[in-house]
Order: sequence, then C-alpha cells, then structure tokens
Amino acid sequence: MSAVIDSHSDDHHHGPAKGITRWLYTTNHKDIGTLYLWFSFLMLFLGGAMAMVIRAELFEPGSQIVSPEFYNQMLTNHGLIMVFGAVMPAFVGLANWIIPMQIGAPDMALPRMNNLSFWILPVAFGILISTFFMEGGGPNFGWTFYAPLSTAYAPPTVTFFIFAVHIMGASSIMGSINIITTILNMRAPGMTFMKMPLFTWTWLITAYLLIAVMPVLAGAVTMMLMDIHFGTSFFNAAGGGDPVLFQHIFWFFGHPEVYIMILPAFGIVSHIIETFSRKPIFGYTSMVYAIASIAILSFIVWAHHMFTVGMPIAGELFFMYTTMLIAIPTGVKVFNWLSTMFKGSISFETPMLFSIAFVALFTIGGLSGLMLAIAPADFQYHDTYFVVAHFHYVLVPGAIFGIIAGVYYWLPKWTGNMYDEVLGKTHFWMSFISVNITFFPMHFVGLAGMPRRIPDYALQFADFNMVISIGAFIFGLTQLLFLFIILKSIFAGKQATSEVWEGAKGLEWTVASPAPYHTFETPPEVK
Amino acid sequence: MVLIKRIFAALITCCASLSLFAGWGDVNMTPGVNALSREIFDLHMTIFWICVVIGALVLGFMVYLIVAFRKKEGDKPAQFDDHPVLEMTWTVLFAVILAVMAIPATFTMIRAYDDAEGDINILITGHQWKWQYEYLEDEVSFFSNLSTDLDQRNNIAPKSDNYLLEVDEPLVIPTNKRIRFLITANDVIHSWWVPDFAVKQDAIPGFINTAWTQVDEEGIFRGQCTELCGQYHGYMPVVVKAVSPQDYELWVNEKKEAKIQQALLTEKLWSTEELYEIGEGVYQTNCVACHQVNGEGLPPVFPALAGSDLVLNDKAKQIEILMEGVQGAAMQSYAEQLSEVDIAAVITYTRKAWGNDASGDGEIVIPKEILDYKNNKL
Repeated sequence: MSAVIDSHSDDHHHGPAKGITRWLYTTNHKDIGTLYLWFSFLMLFLGGAMAMVIRAELFEPGSQIVSPEFYNQMLTNHGLIMVFGAVMPAFVGLANWIIPMQIGAPDMALPRMNNLSFWILPVAFGILISTFFMEGGGPNFGWTFYAPLSTAYAPPTVTFFIFAVHIMGASSIMGSINIITTILNMRAPGMTFMKMPLFTWTWLITAYLLIAVMPVLAGAVTMMLMDIHFGTSFFNAAGGGDPVLFQHIFWFFGHPEVYIMILPAFGIVSHIIETFSRKPIFGYTSMVYAIASIAILSFIVWAHHMFTVGMPIAGELFFMYTTMLIAIPTGVKVFNWLSTMFKGSISFETPMLFSIAFVALFTIGGLSGLMLAIAPADFQYHDTYFVVAHFHYVLVPGAIFGIIAGVYYWLPKWTGNMYDEVLGKTHFWMSFISVNITFFPMHFVGLAGMPRRIPDYALQFADFNMVISIGAFIFGLTQLLFLFIILKSIFAGKQATSEVWEGAKGLEWTVASPAPYHTFETPPEVK
Repeated sequence: MVLIKRIFAALITCCASLSLFAGWGDVNMTPGVNALSREIFDLHMTIFWICVVIGALVLGFMVYLIVAFRKKEGDKPAQFDDHPVLEMTWTVLFAVILAVMAIPATFTMIRAYDDAEGDINILITGHQWKWQYEYLEDEVSFFSNLSTDLDQRNNIAPKSDNYLLEVDEPLVIPTNKRIRFLITANDVIHSWWVPDFAVKQDAIPGFINTAWTQVDEEGIFRGQCTELCGQYHGYMPVVVKAVSPQDYELWVNEKKEAKIQQALLTEKLWSTEELYEIGEGVYQTNCVACHQVNGEGLPPVFPALAGSDLVLNDKAKQIEILMEGVQGAAMQSYAEQLSEVDIAAVITYTRKAWGNDASGDGEIVIPKEILDYKNNKL
C-alpha cells in the first residue's frame, strides 16, 4: 500500500493526460472501461457486417454473393468476434466503469494490469482478422472449431487463430483477476457481501468462471497446435487420439462461457428493473444464490452440446437431468424480476424497455433451451436452425439487450448528458421488432429440418429465410442509430443530475455526472 | 420490382403457413415414419405445449404488470423485497414440472438407445463430401453423391423440387426389417440425419456409432449432413429409399451383377476418347469440389492440376496418389470409391484436358494398369 501513497507526493496528475498517450498509458478504470466499450462496439459492427453477408447469401436458395468457403469463414468469424470481441469486452468495459463506483473504490486493484489486459485485445483481433488477407483465408471451421476439421483439415492460418485465442484468453484471465481482487479487497467500509450491488455480484461469479475455464480453452488450442505442428495425435484417430475428446474439452470451457456471457446481463437488468419500478429488488438473497447455482451447474452440463456423438446412455441421461436443473435457478430469477415490478410504480425509459424485452425474450430462449435439454428430442433439434434460434434468443435479446440497457442506464453518468429519449425509444422498438422477425422464424425452419451452417438450402425453407434476412438487415441498420444516439449524448443533451434516474440506488449515483476522473478517493461509509 | 413481389409472396406464404396451419410440416418437426420417430414427435409436442403454457403465463403476467403498475401521479410503490414462502413454492413447482418432463424423456431415450443387431447391418462412412454405404451381409458397397448440378446451384437453370436433397445413388433398405446403421467417418466429423427416422448420429473418425430404424411404408426419405465438415458441408444430402423386401432382393442382385460386369471391363480395349468421356463425368462428380472445373484448384489447400508437373509427366506417381491419397492433406484414397475404369479414365482426363495434352507426355492410363497396381500391392 505504501507505494501508492508515495506516488502521491508529487501531486500533479488529477486529470487525464492529453492526446493519444492518455489512452495508451492510462491506468484509470473509467478510461479503460471506455476503451473496452468502444472496442466492443467496433467489433459488434464488424461481426454484424459478417452476419449481413451470411443473411445476404441465405436471402434466396442458390449461390448468391459469396463462395461456400468464404461463407464458412464468415460464420466462423461472426461467432468468434461476437463472443470474444463484442459481448465479453463489453461486459468487462461495464465492469471497469461501474464496479469501482458501485463498491466505493477509487479504481481497480491492479491498474497497470488493467491497461495491459485491454491493449492485448486489439492485438489478438488484429491477428485474427489478418488471416483473411493470408493464403488460405481465415478460420473456416465454426466458432466451436471441432477437430479434426480445425487441425489436419484446417487452412494454414489456423496457427494465427490459435495464437489469437491464447491472447484473448490471457486478456480475460487478467481482467478477471483484477475484478476479483478489486471486489474482495476494495469495498467501502460497511459493504458486506450481502449488501453488494447485484451487478458486482454477477461479475464476481463470472470472473471466477472465467478463471476456471479460460485455461481449459488454452489447453484445447495448445493441443491443436501440437497436433498440427509437432506430430502429436491428441485428436487424430489414426494416431490413437480421440476427436470426441476435443468436444469434451471445448464444451467444458464452452458451457460456462455461455453463462459468462449472460450473468452480468442479469445483474444489469436487476438494477434497471429495480430503479424504474421504484421498488427494492425482490428476493436479493435468492438472486445471489440463483447466480451461484447457475455457475456451479454450468460445470456439469457441458455434454448436452454433444447428445449425438454417441455417448453411453448413462451419460445422456445425466447431462439431460443436470441441464434441466438449470431451469430452476433461471426461473427463480425471472419470477424475482416480475415480483420486483409487482406493485411498483413503473416508468418506461429506454433502459427499462430493453430490460423488459430482455426478461420476455430471454424467457423464450430459456424455454427453447429446456426443449433442447430433452435428449431424445434433441436428436431432431441438434445442429438445426432451432438451435440457432435458441442461442440467438439468449444472446441477442439476452446478452446484447442487457448490454444496451446498461449503456443507456449509465450513459448519462459517463457523458454528463441525457441521451435523446425519443431516439432511444425508436432504437428500442425497431430493435425489438426486427430481432423477433430475424430469430423467431428460425425456430420453424429448424424444426422443419434445415441444418445450421449451410450456405444454400432446399426450396421449402426459402420463404422463411427471406423473411429472416429482411429482419436481420433491419436489425443491423438499426444499430447505426444506437451509435448516433451515443455520439449525440457525448456532445450534447440535457445536463444530467447526479442521481440521473428518479429512484436510482447505489453509490455510483452519489457522484457527479459526468463522473469525475477520480471518484471515492476517500471511501464512503455504507450503512 | 421482381424482388419486391418475391418478398411479398414470401411474407404471405409465411403468414398463411402460420395462421391457417396450411403447411404444418413447414413449421414443425416431422412425425416421421416409424414408432421411434412418432414417439419422439409426441415427446416434442408435449414439451412444446408445456413450454407454450409457461411462456404464455409469464408473458401474460408481464403484460398485466406493465399495464397495471405503470407510474401514476401520487403513486406509492410497495416496499416489500421478499416473500420466503412464495419463493419456496415456485422453486418446488419448477422442480415438479421438470420431473414431469424428465420421466417420459427417459423412457424414450432408453428405446432410442437399443443397439441390438439388425436384420440388415449397414456401415455408413462420411467422406468430404459424400456418404459411403456398405451392406455388411450382402457385400454391396457404393458412394452416394449430390446430384443437383452446378447450373441449378448457380441460378442458371431452374431449381428442381428436390434441390440439394437428391443423390446419384440412394441408400436402399427393405421395409419391415430392423436396419442397424454403423456410422463412422473417414476424414472429419460428419453427422448422418434422416428426420423421418429420427436418426441423427455423428460420424466420427475412429469411432463406430450405432443407430437403428424400421420403416413400415415404402417411400423416399431425405436428410442432410448436420455437422460442419468443410466447404461443401451443405452439399452432402442423405437419401434413403425404402422398398419391399422382394424389390430389395432384386436390387441387391443387380448390384452384385454390376460389380462382376465392372471387373470384366478392365480386360476391354479402351480408346482415348472413351476414357476421356468417362473421365470427364467422374471428374465432375468427384474432383471439381476441390480442383475446380478448370483444373486450377484453390491453392494453397487444393493444388492445381492444369499445368501441374506431376500430372504432365509422372503417370506412376499420379496413379499412386489416386490409390493411396495424400497424407496430411484433404486428398483421400479413391481405391475403394471408384472402379478401375473410373480411376484410369479420370487420370486420362486430367492428362488430356485444359491443354495438359500438349505440354505433357500425353500418355493415357488404361484400367488394366490400375488393376496391376492393386495386384502388385497384394
């Protein structure tokens, strides 16, 4: 601790540095949060552009605009960029901005590592995207990169992909260590665990999940690297290896990973529903236990992604039962949100609209998840558009709506200006309608038998695919409006008060808007 | 204008199939054609309706909340923040609903996992991007390739009804017999799916998975590969033709007879033109995916054949590559897939086409040479 006090003897840097060095060298949690958020926004548009290519190709049956090979590169990188580039960094950005202010800490516990964990991310994605300009093209084996398609049969650029994944993993692990350290050590006096805001709680648990599973992913890609370059046969059946082993390792990472992408959204939505219902969150304690149970269960359900690999029946049944169990804590959360609204005094500003849509559409995604958990029925659902519909319902109107809601909720705190409410509501309604036009019909084509990850399809799927594509184009365009709204609120808008929202509770609403560069240099007292 | 009309037509058809139940099959899982598929369909519908009821209750309650508790002047929102009895009640309720779902699912699962021997056992091997079917009892073996032509895929010719769901040679099975499938793969992971049988089983190199079916009615059933297996993943359909046991016997005998005829052809005297013509067809079906119609390939992964030194001047090496495949690359062995005549013909074709004739040694390969290669190996 003494080192920190010493550096304050030459007391001259209270504001940010000028120019580009402010962003390159910054150790300020707010600056780093901003960097993360802008980076994820850029990635959202890049991954979104790839989705537009996919939907243009699928607009009508027959070859449209890209080759099957390039189509595979698009769907792979759409997945990778959205998961690792858009959703995860957005949550880390929100964590950086909000967690220190929610717990009354002056900054993150490890500010220099914070800088490093952000700045290696653009490097990782630079490497990933550079593969498009190399011989053989970018990764084309799906974001799940099943061996041996991603090893013996992969384009030569797979080595760059592996390196990029390693760097992303390192970034996530450092980010998580930082968040855990901050939450455990830097809470304001009087803030016990069971008084911690829910966003902080969800992130604490998410960070533990990340630390547990990111090394597993690193292990998987390292084994791939060994198979490709050093003559091992981890996943090569001809050399005595096991291609299914890859899937077990991948999904042992992958299932907790999908909860990593939703738990912080639970936290955000809890705050927003509480604020705009003007009523304390219902069942705080059960919320915390529900998040913890979801996290623990996430480690024992992974093989429900693999019901068709030919597991023994005991395995099928075990993973079916554990997966169904997840519905219990998830259901508890949904009911808690509804009970928070019950007998409240609800107003419908943009963050609340997105949060209500989150609860409604996440419920649909949860219910289709329950259907997918039923192993024998999954023989028909597996790897069809029904699955695509399911996970987009939990990720787009789930995770992404959660992030958007959070951005609207805290934006006045960041910029000091209110965003344009009319434009915000327009953004919401266009997103809400088009997201359903895009993803709801996917349930139908999936049940009717359309496999996922195909660049062309049989004629009976043509009508729905056209509708899906139109919905996707509208949804994609609508997000440009979001960019405009954010830019507008940075430069203009009604001055926001400290509290911003009537009924907002928590330490972050006690500081001025925009939040000063340094907050809570003396810790507040929590009663 | 045409596009706008097309979009409207699509919207109208979609609305019609949803509201009038006109095309229920276009929006729901197929009940299929055997006991297992119907059982899985029933299970699906049960779970589906449970989910619809839960979803309707939750969303309905949300609408009620939104309407009833919107902010009014002088509102006093309640301040309660828990209700242990209520919370315990709904937690238990969820558990009960889940148990109701899990019980029938468990029984269906047990029936689906019956892997007793079949009356007919068929080994299915996934290759990039085709299926191989081997009838273990009858010693019949063949490959099944997509038969939709490139003109349809490139929107030059009108698309046929079974666009992308048709093959040159379907899997033929008899009705009313227990068929067991043994499913594996030769290169990457594929997945063999026929929705009407409710059979979807991953084809994994080094593993043999099992699945079974029994079909009561004659007919043609179509499915697709459902595991991403490379660039032509969308182009390896499954077509199964169920025929009466008598017709099945006839078909098996025909296949055996054809095999004998094929062997005799290696003795025949072949002209360059005949081989070239056969070779062109073989090339279109088996080689264009990687080496392309113009022989230019897609370097660096799929090398060019046009102007390749190996193709121009090294006949022996070319035969070896066709017969053995290339270690560590996508090129597989065609010794099993193609007849001696086809292999000789396709090599001849590549040595004559795209101007290779003029720049290389121009020698052709006759089926006898392939047969000799095989015999020497023994």
